[in-house]
Amino acid sequence: MCLGIPGEIVEILTGPAGGTGGGDAAAGPVQLATVNVAGVRRAINIGLLGEEQVCVGDWVLVHVGFAMAKIDEAEAAATLEMLTGLGQAYTDELTALATSDIS
Amino acid sequence: MTSEPIVDRARPQQDAGFSTEQQVLDRIDRARRRKPVIREERITLAHGAGGRATHTLVEALFVEAFRNPVLEGMHDGATVPAASGRLAFTTDSFVVSPLFFPGGDIGDLAVNGTVNDLAMCGARPLYLSAGFILEEGLPVADLRRIAASMSAAAARAGVHIITGDTKVVQRGRADGCYINTAGIGVIERPVELAASSVRPGDAVIVSGPVGDHGVTVMLARGELDIEADLASDTAALHELVDALLDEAPGVRVLRDATRGGVATVLNEIAEAARVAIVVDEGAVPVRAVVTGACELLGIDPLYVACEGRFVAVVDHAAADAALRALHGHPLGAGAAIVGRVGDEPPGLVLLRTAFGGTRVVDMLVGDPLPRIC
Amino acid sequence: MRFVDEYRDADKAQALATQIAALCEPGRQYKFMEVCGGHTHTIYKHGLEDYLPENVTLVHGPGCPVCVIPMGRVDDAIAIAQRPEVIMTSFGDMMRVPGGSASFFDAKAAGADIRMVYSPLDALKVARTNPDRAVVFMAIGFETTAPSTAMTVLRAAAEGLDNFSVFCNHVTILPAIKAILDSPDLRLDGFIGPGHVSTVIGCRPYEFIARDYGKPLVCAGFEPLDILQSVYMILRQLAEGRAEVENQYTRVVPWDGNARALRAIGDVMTLRPYFEWRGLGFISHSALRVRDEYAAFDAERLFEVPGLRVADPKACQCGEVLKGVLKPWECKVFGTACTPETPIGTCMVSSEGACAAYYNFGRFTRRRMTEALSA
Repeated sequence: MCLGIPGEIVEILTGPAGGTGGGDAAAGPVQLATVNVAGVRRAINIGLLGEEQVCVGDWVLVHVGFAMAKIDEAEAAATLEMLTGLGQAYTDELTALATSDIS
Repeated sequence: MTSEPIVDRARPQQDAGFSTEQQVLDRIDRARRRKPVIREERITLAHGAGGRATHTLVEALFVEAFRNPVLEGMHDGATVPAASGRLAFTTDSFVVSPLFFPGGDIGDLAVNGTVNDLAMCGARPLYLSAGFILEEGLPVADLRRIAASMSAAAARAGVHIITGDTKVVQRGRADGCYINTAGIGVIERPVELAASSVRPGDAVIVSGPVGDHGVTVMLARGELDIEADLASDTAALHELVDALLDEAPGVRVLRDATRGGVATVLNEIAEAARVAIVVDEGAVPVRAVVTGACELLGIDPLYVACEGRFVAVVDHAAADAALRALHGHPLGAGAAIVGRVGDEPPGLVLLRTAFGGTRVVDMLVGDPLPRIC
Repeated sequence: MRFVDEYRDADKAQALATQIAALCEPGRQYKFMEVCGGHTHTIYKHGLEDYLPENVTLVHGPGCPVCVIPMGRVDDAIAIAQRPEVIMTSFGDMMRVPGGSASFFDAKAAGADIRMVYSPLDALKVARTNPDRAVVFMAIGFETTAPSTAMTVLRAAAEGLDNFSVFCNHVTILPAIKAILDSPDLRLDGFIGPGHVSTVIGCRPYEFIARDYGKPLVCAGFEPLDILQSVYMILRQLAEGRAEVENQYTRVVPWDGNARALRAIGDVMTLRPYFEWRGLGFISHSALRVRDEYAAFDAERLFEVPGLRVADPKACQCGEVLKGVLKPWECKVFGTACTPETPIGTCMVSSEGACAAYYNFGRFTRRRMTEALSA
């Protein structure tokens, strides 16, 4: 069960409080936000995200109407850098191959 | 009625009574000659019964909207002069829900869709019929809107709606309104457009960004709580087709990419011509917002219906001319060469992914269901 | 699309492919299992096998929650849906899954009120706007989706709704992986680990795979580069003689998981003693049910269901495909009696089932095209 899509938070909404408390996340005000996925907007529930604040401009992973995790932009960049690095190694290798002369 | 007064001497007041009766009868006569007016707010079963209510509906709403001399003849059938050469003839039914959506309504689809079927034959569209199946309870105002859309679309396309029919079914059926059309056009060019003419080496062109209509309608249903700045691409394509056929020789076949999308059209062509079609995923024009909605819902834009796009397969030597011709027309601004026809494996459509791999694009099975998993 | 397109770069893929090939010992066969159906889908959709050397084989695992639903449970859901007061709501994936005699699609055509939703929250909305009907949500999915169902039940309780319930078919991933590891049929060298399940449970729970079975596992993202990088990381472990749990999907997966999500599951659900998995048989402590405190939201308690065990059709080999023992085309009925239009088993119905993924996308990868053309 996997379809999780990255989306950008464009608005924080807070719904009406419901019920009689009890310590669970849903008894307080409903934590909703509007997420934007390439121009498509949908309200999602951000109640599963941790104690850290979710702000407009944050990117989250959206799965069946819930934000499952905040996307760590630093980690994302690191992954890309690693991938680029591998690519650089490849290009470097090719360049070295092309320019080496062992005659 | 004679002018002989009917007098009852036994009742002297009868003079005044006679005038009253005459006045009443005159009044009725004048009322019957007056323009019909629909007084109801909603369609009722009476509107479908064939009697007075039907006549009023047809005259006050449909004829009023579709004004043309042939229609106003109000015969069972319309008669028009026979064209010489070849006729193109098509039929279509429209059951879209909701009836109104960003970019148009069922009326726009009905006219444009029928015109486009004729255009895909290389025909100049001339006449349409329009049969309506209405749900009891449909607001008359909605029907007026639909008819107005059809009238405007017909005027833009240079066609006339010359005959029609109206039925009403009980509340709960027909989702508001179903429309069936037929269309007649005349083929004035010496052109034979058929999938069987497609051969290996041909170029595959799409006339613009795909998926706008299907995604718009899916979002407009309101069940998925998703908003996007997107409108249906419904449009009459015959002028764009004219531009293409005027300026590019070697057009093998034209198909409009309605239900099932571009992928289905390509599969049909590949199957009919027993060729392979290889599509370059990166070359297929798709709006970012359509991509976003499709990613969110887990559907493939290649399978999503368009209502104002067509696929053209052309001789590769004419591909550039074809593209230029399309780009020269507002409806073809986003046209792109998306692939090539090959000979192996026959009947299959393959996609070279943006990633560099290859995969099969099969005929659509079932309904594009949002993939959640 | 940000955080998506960057991970679909073909040049980087080519570079990775070279690095992957360089890490392979010549003559050695490598078999890695991708657990998640979502990974299977990506692999076929983007033709990733074209980027792997001949001696690396990807084996498809049972991580497709639609695929593992037994036919009897589908029948139970349909029985509920057929009640006139019920509105059954379900993800799109479920609509064509065959039960003993019918799918949701068939039942809908025959008059049952079954509606497709994107989120359990949409089902809740249906309940609010239809107070005179009983709305049931067909809850499926691994730990990725269970928290969403749980949160929805909590919200329903908080709002005091009395017409909403869930038919809980959530399953947990670890018992399935363990069943694979214990299966004598398979010899795997490593695992491409679940991505989104891990946003909930974290990476720690997989440590037993490395520690007790000596197999590397890399939690992977769902874009093509993520999967290729994960294969690279597994091969690097093998080349260096390591067997560890690593996280490739660091931009989203926290090592310790999501405490709130786990708490939501724990508050609302509890493990069943055992549950039947299609093709894998009965596995203990592998599925969730609604806790007694929330019985008012448990469709199994509100409605009577047949509860019958329906045996898979004789011809169906979904079980072996789900365990990775058979490749889709090795199933006797693949492509003939069992096709996407006429599916016999769930592997063909779910868009992430290995058979559907292979049939729809993989049939003619470049490698196989060359094979087919030269045959």
